Amino acid sequence: MAKKTAAIVGSGNIGTDLMFKIMRRSTNVEVKYMIGVDPKSDGLARAARLGITTSAEGVDWLLAQDELPDFVFECTSAKAHEANAPKYKAAGIHAIDLTPAAVGPYLAPVVNLETLTDTMNVNMITCAGQATTPIVAAVSSVVEVEYAEIVASIASKSAGPGTRANVDEFTETTAKALEVVGGAKRGKAIIIINPVEPPMMMRNTIYCMIPAEAAAPGATQDKIRTAIDAAAASIRDYVPGYALRLEPQFDQAREDWGGFGRVGIWVQVAGAADYLPEYAGNLDIITAAATRTADLLSDKIDAARTTALAN
Amino acid sequence: MTAPMNTTFDIRLTDTTLRDGSHAMSHKFTEEHVRSVVRALDDSRVEVIEVTHGDGLGGSSFNYGFSKVPELDLIKAAVDEAKAAKIAVLMLPGLGTIHDLNQAYDAGASVARIATHCTEADVSIQHFQHARKLGMETVGFLMLSHRVSPAELAVQARIMADAGCQCVYVVDSAGALILDDVSDRVSALVAELGDDAQVGFHGHQNMSFGVANSVFAVRAGAKQIDGTLMALGAGAGNSPTEVLAAAFDRLDIKTGVDIQGVMAAAEDVVKPFITRMPVMDRASIMQGYAGVYSSFLIHAERAAERYGVPAYRILEEIGKAGYVGGQEDMIVDVAVQLAAAR
Repeated sequence: MAKKTAAIVGSGNIGTDLMFKIMRRSTNVEVKYMIGVDPKSDGLARAARLGITTSAEGVDWLLAQDELPDFVFECTSAKAHEANAPKYKAAGIHAIDLTPAAVGPYLAPVVNLETLTDTMNVNMITCAGQATTPIVAAVSSVVEVEYAEIVASIASKSAGPGTRANVDEFTETTAKALEVVGGAKRGKAIIIINPVEPPMMMRNTIYCMIPAEAAAPGATQDKIRTAIDAAAASIRDYVPGYALRLEPQFDQAREDWGGFGRVGIWVQVAGAADYLPEYAGNLDIITAAATRTADLLSDKIDAARTTALAN
Repeated sequence: MTAPMNTTFDIRLTDTTLRDGSHAMSHKFTEEHVRSVVRALDDSRVEVIEVTHGDGLGGSSFNYGFSKVPELDLIKAAVDEAKAAKIAVLMLPGLGTIHDLNQAYDAGASVARIATHCTEADVSIQHFQHARKLGMETVGFLMLSHRVSPAELAVQARIMADAGCQCVYVVDSAGALILDDVSDRVSALVAELGDDAQVGFHGHQNMSFGVANSVFAVRAGAKQIDGTLMALGAGAGNSPTEVLAAAFDRLDIKTGVDIQGVMAAAEDVVKPFITRMPVMDRASIMQGYAGVYSSFLIHAERAAERYGVPAYRILEEIGKAGYVGGQEDMIVDVAVQLAAAR
């Protein structure tokens, strides 16, 4: 089957990294359009050099084209996506939203793509959400997670103006996704921006509050380890630089933890350096997740068409 | 943007026993602790009293330690107890949110102290704007100020002031600054901010310079100085409020604080409930020397015990790696690597 087409809306760091990611790594999708608002943006210039149709005239230009894309990747801001989402929907274009707008459901492709019924608009949470919700979901698949807390550390150079201006949105969205996608009863997210040189790689620490017996050595603990390893391996499928820094650390139940125990997971994400350098694993993990989502959705769309034809 | 301080005195002392001290107490302050400390400080005419989890609003967590009593209950108790003093809260963008700030404001807090790493002031813009909109007095904290030059620090201070911050603090989170290091930074901020905002200084005792550094800060133009009773705080503790008050009085720098009152508050109110007296020991001196965020100390001691590596070694590695405030999660990572390397 011919590759499906995509438009990237937003030609900043994320949009540009995504363009390279799709070109180099997508099995089912090709980039047809790159849309920005600044004619001088580096992203648009690079896209044009690669033979992609570019425009600095925004989404309305895109929607006026004769050949509309199958997918649009929103790499602008939450506010812009809120305004654009109804237009994509009316045009019948699948929207993959990389802003924290959350017009559509939160999606971590290895966790919940199969369970979503309406995928016309899906939200990629945040970089930290992509790095951590699959691990929390893995722990949740074995035991009840009373509370999940993550600490995401990113290099100062990789924190764009959008993240900086809306740091609350980042933590609140990620925390909510720990519950909705990760399956924790309560979620909390912390983000740290570190300026050290050379820049530090993206790090994520994931703490899950688990029943006392699960934190003690035994069969349940072993199951948790296995589930975490499997989740990390399935992320590594599309983010090769995703690695556990240490063995999961189990802490016995403590009184000030309400009698619960804890498992801690330390993750490092090295980027594929498709656009920004290796340290920007935070960019990499969300653009890689978006690419993987489009590939999986393409299969789903084709399967649905085949079924429809057969009927 | 005029600064709000009382002009009767030369400087204003802010007491943060009930915030920075929370680290040393492993976040186990009770309502009774808060009421007794606020009462004593208020009676001693300390104008601003900070009450929050050690890591600021929303700090209660696995990473930093859970609060024994919800911080909002402690803030409410402090507001209820204070007759003249303003109650301040700390928040770190990335951890606390505007939602938390609103709750603190509703509980009666009237000073918002917003802290960022010394190079990342732009993450605080929305919070300063919001705090001012609420009508709160604002203070900005440039944490780990030793990590950048005075000129770079001044650029960050300008970002905060433009966002609505009324006093930018040079925060020596690691107790790493020594005398002229402080004067140079305070002078640079004073020159940059002019009448747009005041300058403050928050010192730690890891290398014993808290009070001396505060004197240097005032001589360089700082108008707000932080301390804690009995030095109760992260690392080897903070500049002691009662020593600051006495020293400034000797230097004829007017604070308006009742010296006998704060000395009594330290001795009779705070000392009896301290579970772990701040001390300059190998680990906390290493924090000052290696430039490590002071609140990492107790977490490093716990990791030292669990993984069988010395706390000072963990802290030394943390310093080399350039971790910043809030990255307590890296302590276990470092401890495990050190243990494996043995």
